[in-house]
Amino acid sequence: MTRKKTIFTAAVLAALLAACIIVDMTLPTYHIVVTVIKKATVYSLVAVSMNLLNGFTGLFSLGQAGFMLLGAYAYGVLTIPVEKRPGVYQYFDGGAIKFSIPEIFSGFLGDTVGTVVGMLAALLIGGLLAALMAYLIGLPVLRLKSDYLAIATLGFAEILRAFFQWNALGPITNGSNLLKSYPAFSHATPYVVMVGLMIAVILLLITSTYGRAFRAIRDDEVAAEAMGINLAKHKRMAFIISSFFAGIGGGMMAMYMGTIAAAPFKSTLTYEILLIVVIGGIGSITGSVLASFLYIFSSEWLLRGLDSGTFFGINAPSIFKNGFRMVVLSVIIMVIVLFFRKGIMGDKELPDLLDKKARMRKKEAAGK
Amino acid sequence: MSKNVLKVENATMQFGGVVAVDNLNLEINEGEIVALIGPNGAGKTTAFNVVTGVYQPTNGAVWFNGEKIIENHPQGKMKKLYKGQHDGEYTGVLAPTPDKITKLGMARTFQNIRLWKSQTVFNNVLIAKHCRATSNVFSATFRMNRKEEAAQRAHVEELLKIVGLYDVKDELATSLPYGKQRRLEIARALAAEPQLLLLDEPAAGMNPQETDELTAFIGEIRDKFKLTIFLIEHHMNLVMGISDRIYVLDFGKLIAEGTPAEIQNNQRVIDAYLGVADDA
Repeated sequence: MTRKKTIFTAAVLAALLAACIIVDMTLPTYHIVVTVIKKATVYSLVAVSMNLLNGFTGLFSLGQAGFMLLGAYAYGVLTIPVEKRPGVYQYFDGGAIKFSIPEIFSGFLGDTVGTVVGMLAALLIGGLLAALMAYLIGLPVLRLKSDYLAIATLGFAEILRAFFQWNALGPITNGSNLLKSYPAFSHATPYVVMVGLMIAVILLLITSTYGRAFRAIRDDEVAAEAMGINLAKHKRMAFIISSFFAGIGGGMMAMYMGTIAAAPFKSTLTYEILLIVVIGGIGSITGSVLASFLYIFSSEWLLRGLDSGTFFGINAPSIFKNGFRMVVLSVIIMVIVLFFRKGIMGDKELPDLLDKKARMRKKEAAGK
Repeated sequence: MSKNVLKVENATMQFGGVVAVDNLNLEINEGEIVALIGPNGAGKTTAFNVVTGVYQPTNGAVWFNGEKIIENHPQGKMKKLYKGQHDGEYTGVLAPTPDKITKLGMARTFQNIRLWKSQTVFNNVLIAKHCRATSNVFSATFRMNRKEEAAQRAHVEELLKIVGLYDVKDELATSLPYGKQRRLEIARALAAEPQLLLLDEPAAGMNPQETDELTAFIGEIRDKFKLTIFLIEHHMNLVMGISDRIYVLDFGKLIAEGTPAEIQNNQRVIDAYLGVADDA
């Protein structure tokens, strides 16, 4: 990468971070802008993790919601303060787990630092659990290819969801009741910083020798194997790493939502993420992030009016009622898919935008 | 006497009732260029696939540098179906995946070019170096393998200069003309640091001039990288020009072996494959 590109990328990222900090300082935490940023960053992380698997390694997996569910539950179960547990687990005698990680850390790090460290530790544990589950699921499932892999992972996610709602597990998962009262970041900046760092790690992985091996597997498995790339090992690695970040994404989603239940982690969630990956461009990290923000921005904010009667000053309660938003969103998505065949970014990244502009400028100059 | 690099011992490959390779025996010594020829469908590529681990032979063994790397015997329903010879002589099962065989020091090219399409020329060669990387996924992600990565890149640049593709290193692999794609595939195989290079019809689809260039090129890399080369080819100019020894397959069976001169005058080979010039 040239120096110009590095400066350009750093400038864009710094500007975005600055904007986010300004938003945090000026707007109240319940403001729609803060909500959009929080949700979109969480979706970005999960979309990028899915892109790592589906876009860069060529494994078509639909298990993302399952791994997010694991991360979310791990986060909730481990961070609910002890004194609030009887209230949360009211049908299960206060639950089986009698400790809370943030409180343990608060014991020797002080309240504020301890809570934050505890929350991060719980997120990490959620990620590791998801990774462990991915390892186990991967043993049989990764022998499958394309559609079959998708069906198997989709099935796993659905089973996991049903399993977590099972009453016998109630003392831990609270059965089909909500988990709540756990600590969460209310500002948008912590989300942006955390997700930013994790995406940076994924980016480093993708540009490393292992990332190149993943792309070789995607392009031609037979050639990759003949060139000494162990297919089973590398596929498992990609699956585990992707699930690890999906687990953390799930934990952050729990943080953003404020309550945890198994219901939101349906396959619909996976499809939403898949949609974002496809719209952004399969094989583009920038694309996944950009598409997450566009998707969440339009579905949560811009098109809200379509559900509630008034949209851009047009008042038509008979048309703009519940569900119309999704109709419009679907049309927009179809248009995007028609006109951007390879997604918004294709397989380009942020620094490559500079290339394109430079090339267009050259073309214009040549035209004159 | 030079060292034995590859030895295929009584290898039989049977698909259902079809015996694609029937009791193949061949030996390749260090520094040799050995060709495997025969009419279409004779089982040449199948033999290659057996040696490189893509297929597991039905019966027989393969030795590499004096070490047994592949072995199998008829199992399951193949026990009844088996039509080959040497039944019951082999008892062990050794079935390494192709990547393990590549790591032992064998690299191949493909009959129909299999480059990584979305990657640049440079990356195509660089990825092949992955199997020689010692860093694990963490040290690679957090760039603790700078030295190794730099060494890999330097070696790739050097390789590209040798094969004459350095000036197109940032192009997409698929945007290269056909002859250069063939060269790139060979460069990629060389990047895996093989001792034995297997070329599956390297001159397929090339015109006479390109074939001559390729012939010179194969000799060149053999000397430069101290390689042993095993190749399948239909262009007789190439085969007769560079091979030290030739094996001839027909209907899965070895029908002749010897120096180019011996093969050209072997009546069975002429009947089965080479044919007689019209005006003779």
